[in-house]
Amino acid sequence: MAEGVKEINDSTFDDEVLKATELVLVDFWAPWCGPCKAIAPMVDEISKAFEGQLKVTKCNVDDNPATPSNYGIRAIPTLMLFKGGEKVETIVGMVEKSKLEQAIKNNL
Amino acid sequence: MSQTDYDLIVIGAGPAGLTAALYAGRARLSVLVLEKAAPGGQILVSDWIENYPGFVEGISGADLMTNVLEQARRFGMETRSAEVASLDLGDTVKRVHLSDGALSAKSVIIATGASPRKLGVPGENTFWGQGVSTCATCDAPFYRDSLVAAVGGGDTAVQESLFLTRFAKKVYLIHRRDQLRAARILQERAFENERLEIIWDSVLTEIKGGASGVTGVAVKNVKTGDLTDLTVHGCFVWVGTVPNTGFVPAVIDLDAAGFITVNSRMETSVPGVYAAGDVRNTPLRQVATAVGDGAIAASEAIHYIENLK
Repeated sequence: MAEGVKEINDSTFDDEVLKATELVLVDFWAPWCGPCKAIAPMVDEISKAFEGQLKVTKCNVDDNPATPSNYGIRAIPTLMLFKGGEKVETIVGMVEKSKLEQAIKNNL
Repeated sequence: MSQTDYDLIVIGAGPAGLTAALYAGRARLSVLVLEKAAPGGQILVSDWIENYPGFVEGISGADLMTNVLEQARRFGMETRSAEVASLDLGDTVKRVHLSDGALSAKSVIIATGASPRKLGVPGENTFWGQGVSTCATCDAPFYRDSLVAAVGGGDTAVQESLFLTRFAKKVYLIHRRDQLRAARILQERAFENERLEIIWDSVLTEIKGGASGVTGVAVKNVKTGDLTDLTVHGCFVWVGTVPNTGFVPAVIDLDAAGFITVNSRMETSVPGVYAAGDVRNTPLRQVATAVGDGAIAASEAIHYIENLK
């Protein structure tokens, strides 16, 4: 995991994501999910490319069931973008880097 | 000979593409592998591969591909995360157009694989990621003690349905015929598994749900015409694949189903352009066949490039 990527959990979700002032990406993942592992380097790259503009976080759904349940997540990887406490984008499954970049740019 | 950015560009970083890159790297070609999503390909979603030789107990798709990626990098393979927009296939220079420019190579191997086929029924797109899935290893743990539907009858459908039974209370496997196509050993496991119920001669006609996602499916018996509603919270779809050929120009011949037509040397209708793995006209789509295709395609590309000199 890249330096800029922050691991969050059910108890820190409010402070780290909903109360954040910048745009936040949450990568919902689990250790048993192959595609989640496969997109991890791409998420790291995104974190570097948008440094200072985007906060990149990861939430392990195995250890933190409440947050995924609140957002109706039933598939991983799921990437969500939050702005001003609101969910503004949901991307389910293995996404192309270009598509994720576009979604971020649309919400910056 | 014309100067190009790379000797060989491989499109797609699944088992076929990475094997091709491994062989070409060992022949000291300069090789770039382009991948639109994450390296690994479709096999990443497979929870356990028991039929790939060399792994006595089997291996997960993700672990296998991590190893292959590392192995190919040892021989100088470069990778880049990019989606190919189009190909411009000249006699000696092949141009691969990306969203941010073009790259040139002497030879191209298309190994873009295939994507899971959709059922095309109402509700499928609406509830995608909210109960509708094609990846049991990703999503099965969300269905602990739940009722789940699965559709299909091949190896993937049966293998992944068996995986689902480790979490779900009950898995209804809906199959349009009266027998499965899956390998016998998988069929035996399916018949023995008390949590797996096969619904024969039936097709799924609708996926139903609400704000919380999938709540049920409608199933039609193709012999009697009877309609049944099943209460389920998830619906997994494993009904074959469609080739990823959106960027492939018309000069490359496709078969009736849209897969790239190649001969036994993996040559397409354009000299210097090869296709390998699930994207080609192959009777079997497995890791074992994809890596074989990749090795042949690379070997042919190596000869082709040598003869350009």
